[in-house]
Amino acid sequence: MSLDLATTRRIAKLARIGLEENELEATRQKLNGILGWIDQLAEVDVTGVPPMVGTETETLRQREDRVTDGNCRDALLACAPETSGPFYTVPKVVE
Amino acid sequence: MLTGLTLTEARAGLAARKFSARELAQAHLDAIGRLNTTLNAYITVLPEADVLASADAADARYAAGTAGIMDGLPIGVKDLFCTKGVRTTAASKMLADFVPSYESTVTANLLNAGAVFLGKTNLDEFAMGSANINSAFGPTTNPWKRTGDEATALVPGGSSGGSSAAVAAGMALAATGTDTGGSIRQPAAYCGIVGLKPTYGRCSRWGTIAFASSLDQAGPMTRSVADAGLMLEAMAGFDARDSTSSNRPVPEFHKAVGKSVKGLRVGIPAEYRAPGLPAEIVAMWEQGIAWLKAAGCEVVDVSLPHTRYGLTTYYIIAPAECSSNLARYDGVRFGLRKDAPSLDGVYEATRAAGFGQEVRNRILMGTYVLSAGYYDAYYLKAQKVRTLIKRDFENAFENVDVLLTPTAPSAAFAQGENMDDPVQMYLNDIFTVPASMAGVPALSVPVGLNDAGLPLGLQVIGRHFDEETVLSIGGALEAAAGFTHTPSIHAGAGA
Repeated sequence: MSLDLATTRRIAKLARIGLEENELEATRQKLNGILGWIDQLAEVDVTGVPPMVGTETETLRQREDRVTDGNCRDALLACAPETSGPFYTVPKVVE
Repeated sequence: MLTGLTLTEARAGLAARKFSARELAQAHLDAIGRLNTTLNAYITVLPEADVLASADAADARYAAGTAGIMDGLPIGVKDLFCTKGVRTTAASKMLADFVPSYESTVTANLLNAGAVFLGKTNLDEFAMGSANINSAFGPTTNPWKRTGDEATALVPGGSSGGSSAAVAAGMALAATGTDTGGSIRQPAAYCGIVGLKPTYGRCSRWGTIAFASSLDQAGPMTRSVADAGLMLEAMAGFDARDSTSSNRPVPEFHKAVGKSVKGLRVGIPAEYRAPGLPAEIVAMWEQGIAWLKAAGCEVVDVSLPHTRYGLTTYYIIAPAECSSNLARYDGVRFGLRKDAPSLDGVYEATRAAGFGQEVRNRILMGTYVLSAGYYDAYYLKAQKVRTLIKRDFENAFENVDVLLTPTAPSAAFAQGENMDDPVQMYLNDIFTVPASMAGVPALSVPVGLNDAGLPLGLQVIGRHFDEETVLSIGGALEAAAGFTHTPSIHAGAGA
């Protein structure tokens, strides 16, 4: 499969990475080079093979349903680039 | 020479009070002061007063007889592990000013064992790369030079290139690394040190900045195989905060080194004899086989038929997980923020400015293979091929105890080489990626120099949770090879 410019633009939009128009073509070529190489996977027969999710070395556990962490609002907010009181700030999203 | 010791030697010297933890720490701070401008192995060096205070606390524990297994040992920490109150960048502009309010489990375990942190080592941005050239803080330079060519700067490998360069050059006794597709083993081989990627689940991933969560695993980078065992004992262990963490007991790994390997069965995978593999790599591999035969191992030919699909599968699964993990860098909760009139605009401007080229490309690739219409063809297919790769290892381990392969298809290359074509760069990981896909433990041991005077490593791969046999075989290779070479740039040179 090969990527066209419109698909490249759509992926960048989905990934929320603001590419300039003049960066799109170079990005398309880079990704296409990798995709061409990846296409060799088409020759592998996977009929009846289940997908491997994680490395399956441990089974998932259930833990006791109780609070074990928290009360660290200020420490977490301290990592934010902009805050206002006990809130993260973003540009206005509702007019 | 305090900067040339192994962890094991330094631990013995501290216990016998031959030198103090303060003297040991000071010697390393001095070495970093002299060499870091040239090598750029550390992104952040901790303030001298803090390092010496940790060392003094270690000295007090030795005096009180309460020293832990890593007590007073000065080490580097890959700048991917969150360290409370110490800037943690992942070598990205996105996190250039990020100071975590929490300590990763692995670094907390090391601190509890008494380790003295010197600083945060350089890496490829978000651990994505094989040459440490994708760092927003500039590349790390390999302390090794080609014989007669001091001018050409070589790469230290990646992504844990700052850690491998620091350990090789005497700027730390050991360092932590993380390995997603070879990021501990390949830089260890390029810098002539030991690197161990444990079984997936051995070390908690909590507080380690995520790249590809089903593959990421922390491990030690050291000067000896016994050191790798010792340091893993301190790093490993169950952690309820990582749902994939293993609750198996942590053995005394270092005791596996020096155990007889007589009668162990060593598999040589036919598919790793890749076409075009350089003669010097083949010769080193043959030498390793001969050493293990001489030590009493039985050498057996095995087949891992899906080896050639390891890298392609990796370059679907790792970017897919990366695109998902790195979605958190939104300019709101932590890290960089670029202002724009709309919320989407903030996301797009922040992520365009904060991520370097390789990280952007991997996020875009991952977004593509997960997107509607392509998920089955790429991502689901790759997960199925991953099952086949894992089965290859399981089948092989029914007949053999370990596998022996080269760690990398070449010695360290020059900065600037392999830069134009990402696929060429990805091929550096051809021998390390399959073990990552299967989640099995793998060790790189330095065994010799090539004609240009650069170190080469051999890789020992073992069964899930059987690091001990891997370390025993690694110890036998180490004893036979007697690798004592040092790079041209190191703390002891000219002193």
